[in-house]
Amino acid sequence: MDGSGILKGLGITLKRLIATYVDDFKRGKQRYYTEEGVEYRRSPEVQGIFTVQYPEEKLPTPEEFRFVPFLVGEEMEDGTLDPRCTACGICAKVCPAQCIWIVRARDPKSGRARPKPAEFYIDVDLCMNCGMCAEYCPFDSIKMDHDYELATYDRHAENVFDLQKLLKPVSYYAEIRPRNYEREEEARRQAEEAKRKAAEARAKAKAAREAKKNPPKQA
Amino acid sequence: MSEQTVMLQNEEELLLSRFPEAVKKDERKGYEGYVVEAKALRDFATTLRDKLGYDYLSSVTGVDYLPEGKMEVVYHAYKTTGGPALVFKVQVPRENPVVPSLVPVYPGADFQEREAWDLLGIKFEGHPNLKRILLWEGFEGFPLRKDWREPYFEEEHKPYKSRFPEGKFFRIEDRNPFGKNVDYPAGFDPDKWIPDNSNALIYEGLGRVERAGDDLPTEQIVVNLGPQHPSTHGVFRMVVTLDGETVVDLEPVMGYLHRNHEKIGERNTWLMNMPFTDRLDYLAPMSNNFGYALAVEKLLGTKPPERAEYIRVIMAELTRIQNHLFAIGMFLNDMGAFFTPSLYAIEERELILDVFEAVAGSRMMVNYFRFGGVARDIPEDVMKKIHALAFERLPRRVDELDRYLTGSEIVRVRSEGTGVLTAEQAIALSAAGPVLRASGVPYDVRRADPYGIYDRFDFDVAVRYHGDVYDRYLIRIDEIRQSLRIIQQALQQIPAGPVLAGKPQYQFRVPPGESYGRVEGPKGELGFYVVSNGKGNPWRYHVRAPSFINLTALAEMTRGQKVGDVVIILGSIDIVLGETDR
Amino acid sequence: MSTKPKKDEGLNSPQYDIPEELQNTVTITTLDKIYNWGRRNSLWPMMFGLACCAIEMICTAAARFDFSRFGMEVMRPSPRQSDVMVVAGTVTKKMVPQIVRLYNQMASPKYVVAMGACASGGGPFKEGYNVVSGIDKYLPVDVYIPGCPPTPQALIYGLMKLQQKVDRQTIKEIYSRPDEMIPVPVLGPDIMDPREYDRIRAYTRQKAEQEAAAAADTAQA
Repeated sequence: MDGSGILKGLGITLKRLIATYVDDFKRGKQRYYTEEGVEYRRSPEVQGIFTVQYPEEKLPTPEEFRFVPFLVGEEMEDGTLDPRCTACGICAKVCPAQCIWIVRARDPKSGRARPKPAEFYIDVDLCMNCGMCAEYCPFDSIKMDHDYELATYDRHAENVFDLQKLLKPVSYYAEIRPRNYEREEEARRQAEEAKRKAAEARAKAKAAREAKKNPPKQA
Repeated sequence: MSEQTVMLQNEEELLLSRFPEAVKKDERKGYEGYVVEAKALRDFATTLRDKLGYDYLSSVTGVDYLPEGKMEVVYHAYKTTGGPALVFKVQVPRENPVVPSLVPVYPGADFQEREAWDLLGIKFEGHPNLKRILLWEGFEGFPLRKDWREPYFEEEHKPYKSRFPEGKFFRIEDRNPFGKNVDYPAGFDPDKWIPDNSNALIYEGLGRVERAGDDLPTEQIVVNLGPQHPSTHGVFRMVVTLDGETVVDLEPVMGYLHRNHEKIGERNTWLMNMPFTDRLDYLAPMSNNFGYALAVEKLLGTKPPERAEYIRVIMAELTRIQNHLFAIGMFLNDMGAFFTPSLYAIEERELILDVFEAVAGSRMMVNYFRFGGVARDIPEDVMKKIHALAFERLPRRVDELDRYLTGSEIVRVRSEGTGVLTAEQAIALSAAGPVLRASGVPYDVRRADPYGIYDRFDFDVAVRYHGDVYDRYLIRIDEIRQSLRIIQQALQQIPAGPVLAGKPQYQFRVPPGESYGRVEGPKGELGFYVVSNGKGNPWRYHVRAPSFINLTALAEMTRGQKVGDVVIILGSIDIVLGETDR
Repeated sequence: MSTKPKKDEGLNSPQYDIPEELQNTVTITTLDKIYNWGRRNSLWPMMFGLACCAIEMICTAAARFDFSRFGMEVMRPSPRQSDVMVVAGTVTKKMVPQIVRLYNQMASPKYVVAMGACASGGGPFKEGYNVVSGIDKYLPVDVYIPGCPPTPQALIYGLMKLQQKVDRQTIKEIYSRPDEMIPVPVLGPDIMDPREYDRIRAYTRQKAEQEAAAAADTAQA
């Protein structure tokens, strides 16, 4: 029958409308401005309304979410941040948009290169948020940030992030990427353990060799 | 397999015996196919098409072999009944590269030859309309030639030395005398510059052309749709010649989003190109990753572990679903159902994007595939979500979409019988993907020339036979259902294990040779043609973009239709400008 | 993370004291404020997308993020009816004349938002020969939103920044500014700004002289 197709379509719109109210009724105040509410509205079970009321409520960013990179800094006792970065330059080499600039620090006396960055820039207007730098950094020192609220009025003044602006504490990293952080810490612990064991074994072997070479004299 | 080998041998004998002088096997290491003399090219192609059944010319591109002083044009032809490619090449001197056009044999070569002329300066003799296609008439130079340098040229290859260890920050525009991305040829005088184009009058819009005819004298008018037009899905332009309301002719004008993907790709290292491929067809990033990874893996000879293969398939099919959802939504938009069907389609798409965001880190620019696997495993909770989507929500929602759209009288009246493309035309014009299959050609790369592990899944190649807009809409619904089937099987079969073969590497050399990796993207056959000379960067990096080549058929589809229907015909092809213009 | 929405105090925050008993019935505001309140809640964007970011803009307009909550759902395809131009995506040289023309056609007061890295400063494609290094080389930009692409929430954040900017303007300031026309660039051998013809001439002459000198040198050698 002519028109039945259109009526069917309109019926589905009506169904959505009703589903929203049914949901409201079932879940009550739980539905809006609560974490469970947002979680429900983004789950595959959701019926009816779907909207997330940004900025009052925000979609939780998943762990792997990436926006612009930041540098992980160890929190020192005097409150400053010490970058984990060793200025190896791998991030600058792997960056597809070539938006990372690093000046390696030099020892003021000898002029020899030191494994620390003296200057570190990321041009956010070039960055394509691909996460390659974080993926290939061997020292877990550059990571992708979750903060996407970066809009500015003046890009020339604000959109080139320098070392100061890039550095964020380890605790922040552990907070936004708990699983990755745990995994990396575990790997580091194991590596250290292995290193220690190897050193021990070497020491033992050395001691044994020494012992063989000059056997303890019998008194 | 042996049967196929015998067949290929027979083909080889036939070709070599028929053209004893002009055709030779390509003997270079890492290369395949035939090298054909320019003068015998058209005969060779005709033989391929008529005698051997290679009726589908998929890709045409040029390569600038600067050290050898040669230009090469590479063709990939297929049989629409399935099977591997037949590659043939023509070599011409670099100073005066002239190649006979293959448009009379394969009309689908039209835009691709224009692109090769535009970017590499290879002249195709006998081409009906050899104009620049991505750039504009009057642009200085042929940018993809190896000795051409862009205004912001820093070094031949990335990584640039200025970034480390003495990486003092600078903006590249500050080193340009104009502070912008421009350069002008020596002795150029802007006052004497006349924007060249014989068609300039037409492009100005609303110019009038008298029609010669002996019946009622009418005037044809020319209307520009785009580049800023809500129906063109981005920055695309159609110059439509109208007789009353009927379309007499249509010329697509593109290049408004030409972002030099290939030039940048040849400066990049192999790995750096991966995130750039996301930005080709930004509605189907996983498929783009897949195609590029396949092409390079062929050269590297690596094979991803089992689990990675399954993850690739799941992701590629999820991509297809979300792309088709978006396409259907926007198609209904074009039809006048402003935004409501799109809202429903985008609602489901958001859920798939959530999966991408949780697995790959970004909603659209996933950068997820690596050579020999994928970047990271799917977390457990996300796996549950994919299960819920693939087994419950999406099948239900697709049925709903089907219920309220497919039967709708307005949809049917507008789209049935509109924009018909016959099977013969579709093959000849190298249409791919849903456009080809809606015309009754059951050609799907996943089945015709399986890649990855697609040969393990049980699915049907969706095909419809009317070739009109309605069928192109229906075929997308069918394909979503088939994709769901594949995902469901993959989810049940996926084994545990590593997701990346070998150690993650960022700098590596790729053995010299050429390779063509192709996948069935949501828009059609997406191919990556790469040439390596053994260094850390591709020597040639070309994308066979389905959106771009499907547009070759647009003029054919719209002729004789009403101007209002042009919009839905374009919507039914489903183009993405990032891929069209690259 | 989630809090109850704060009461909108944008309008009802006069610098005058209102007696306690009248506070719920009387609102005193300035003309600027009420005018800006009207404008900031009906910023109509132009329906105009360039590249990847446009898809995120469509998602922002769709159900989940729904920027009609900010009075922005009326996307107009015509520049005459729109207040804000969201430049969403890579600006190419071939497209820039059209964008400038569209901007010129918009009615004042008008705003430009550069969405994404490409529109702000060229983005990953900056080095490309057909890419403009940021739309601010041609148009005055009010808000830059970094990201590639910015997520819908990042876009909404940027648009809220724009609303804040609108809030701070005064009527006098808006209408005392002359409505300048930006000359439309011309596509030559490369993109040409009509204001720069003298510089182009000087540059190409110098380049020709240098090339001639270099040729003479090689001939001598």
